[in-house]
Amino acid sequence: MLAYLVRRLILAILTTWAVSVLSFVVIQLPPGDYITSYIAQMSSSGSFVSEQEANALRQQYGLDQPQYIQYIRWMKMVLQGNFGMALEYGRPVAEVIGDRIYLTMVVSVAAIIFTWCAALPIGVYSAVRQYSWGDYVATFIGFIGLAVPSFMLALILMYFGFTLFNANIGGLFSDEFAEAPWTLAKLWDLTKHLPLPALILGLAGTAQLIRIMRANLLDELGKPYVVTARARGLSEGRLIIKYPVRVALNPFASTIGYLLPYVVSGSIIVSLVLSLPTVGPLLLKSLVAQDMFLAGTIVLLLGVMTVIGTFISDLLLMWIDPRIRFEGRQ
Amino acid sequence: MTEPTVRPGAVVDEEVALLPSVAEERISVATQWQLMWWRFKKHRLAMLSTVIVFLFYLVVVFADFLAYSDPLASEAQRSLLPPHRIHWFDEGRFAPHVYGLTGKRDPATFKRVYTPDPEKKIPVRFFARGFEYRVFGLIPMDRHLIGVEGATAEETLFLLGTDEQGRDLWSRLMYGTQTSLIIGLVGVSLSLILGVFLGGISGLYGGVLDTIIQRVIEILRSIPTIPLWMGLAAALPNDWTVIQIYFAITIIISLIGWTELARVVRGRFLSLRQEDFVMAAELCGCGQMRIIFTHLVPSFLSHIIAATTLAIPAMIISETSLSFLGLGLRPPAISWGVLLQQAQNIQALAISPWLLIPSIPVTIVILAFNFMGDGLRDAADPYGQ
Repeated sequence: MLAYLVRRLILAILTTWAVSVLSFVVIQLPPGDYITSYIAQMSSSGSFVSEQEANALRQQYGLDQPQYIQYIRWMKMVLQGNFGMALEYGRPVAEVIGDRIYLTMVVSVAAIIFTWCAALPIGVYSAVRQYSWGDYVATFIGFIGLAVPSFMLALILMYFGFTLFNANIGGLFSDEFAEAPWTLAKLWDLTKHLPLPALILGLAGTAQLIRIMRANLLDELGKPYVVTARARGLSEGRLIIKYPVRVALNPFASTIGYLLPYVVSGSIIVSLVLSLPTVGPLLLKSLVAQDMFLAGTIVLLLGVMTVIGTFISDLLLMWIDPRIRFEGRQ
Repeated sequence: MTEPTVRPGAVVDEEVALLPSVAEERISVATQWQLMWWRFKKHRLAMLSTVIVFLFYLVVVFADFLAYSDPLASEAQRSLLPPHRIHWFDEGRFAPHVYGLTGKRDPATFKRVYTPDPEKKIPVRFFARGFEYRVFGLIPMDRHLIGVEGATAEETLFLLGTDEQGRDLWSRLMYGTQTSLIIGLVGVSLSLILGVFLGGISGLYGGVLDTIIQRVIEILRSIPTIPLWMGLAAALPNDWTVIQIYFAITIIISLIGWTELARVVRGRFLSLRQEDFVMAAELCGCGQMRIIFTHLVPSFLSHIIAATTLAIPAMIISETSLSFLGLGLRPPAISWGVLLQQAQNIQALAISPWLLIPSIPVTIVILAFNFMGDGLRDAADPYGQ
């Protein structure tokens, strides 16, 4: 068990490191550096930065140093909680991002919870009533979920929301709560707005999970222990929930590992369409404006949060599945 | 593969194949590919999907011919016109035509408003002359599948309506299909090269190299990709030409798919390495290269084809998403994502819902590729039913 834990932890740390390097690459990729953008920013607002001033600034920020030293400096800054300045806003990056990163995670986690809640009963139903009418409907919806990219689903739902109900279904808050400080009422408002983005983001994952669940459960249902339990007179409902479903439940924990990055990715685009106040719109804006500290930080934070989420799912998996817990002992 | 070793008598037609003994004999002498084809044929949905995919690639080849107006020709006056309906019959005779549009200036907004005018019937011709293009980039041509003669703002055909710049959506959709599907294919080929190479090394040599490659794959799979690709795509210089961006985006997208392919290849190598026929080949003194290319590769090629087919939809979705965000292909390039970009907000959708039409071919093609890949995968599995 300890070996498994350590291995996972090392992988998580390695991944975090890889994410940080990639984020740094994103920051460094555009031509010019922070100071070039700064000068452009200043001159667009009418100020002038002389050559000497620019060079002094470069030295101050260490931009005349080789890349790897710049990376280390940046990491040092980040570890101290200083993510640099967001050019476009003239404010520290941390301040600009603010709540948005948490809201991104709230939306993503809501999507995964939706995925579980929908996939478990539907998957069990499809397996127990294989080739029934309901099974076909579930399969069909599943395929639509797989085939329609989430942003397109958002567009289509928005169109129908507008034409049929004359309502704008976007956003995470009602107007009166958008800028308000956190209160219970605001939290409730958020809860009311969450289901739709969760559905849109979760549908593709749900489709996959239903298929996995169905296949796993079908394998289990034919096994002798099920026949035995049935022969001993256990009621069908109890029998299925108590034994085969528990075994088939495994993918639920193990899929967070790849579901989470997928959902976080999707949330970026869906947020744009539904105008959710997550980091998605901010990331796009910062990339278009080449505000690279902001963009790099967002990529970094998203990556790190995903790594943490994945690690939690590993712990969960270990708790659910004794085969992993006792792996090292045999 | 070598020629099928079929005895002359075993070549039978479908009716005779129904007899069990002959059918069995047929199966036992059939090549691996014949068996796969028979199994694949039984999968109705996969067959249908294959036909659909084929039709889409016909559009790719003949996009110029199917489009009837220049996809880049914009005309502010005819912006956001709703789709035209073709009336096939005129007083009982087959005479396809569309109603002409009459433009009036709205007295309140001073905007030119076009309404269909049943009095003005404009004949639609097949193989009509239109803008000039080159077939396969070589032969100059100006014939199109359909078209109207003498194109003016009032008389042109807009099967799917026009966009904000007054460009014909149907014609643009044809070119968008061309771009998006080609990117899907090229992207998947690049991922395939990466995946086969790295997966092959991983599965063949094992050891430290395998561990490193597997960890890299695991790390890549646990990173949210879209923000990262967005970052990479946004870093492409602004002064690049359309072609340069096209290639750069294809490369960025192909970085997504290789991990899955590498895993499939590695898994195959690992399981096949244990097989008796590989040991037999080794004992016969075959070189490593010969074992790989004449013994191993043919036995997992079908799996690779299936996995590749299943990887294409992901490529198409990635390109569409990136372009939709404005970070992928940029106008004047046309792709599904670029087309959908115009339908980004609720105002646009409310006024001109036809801008959402490009989402239909996206969905169909992704579904078709998925079913086709599923069918191929089932057919490639020798132990399947």
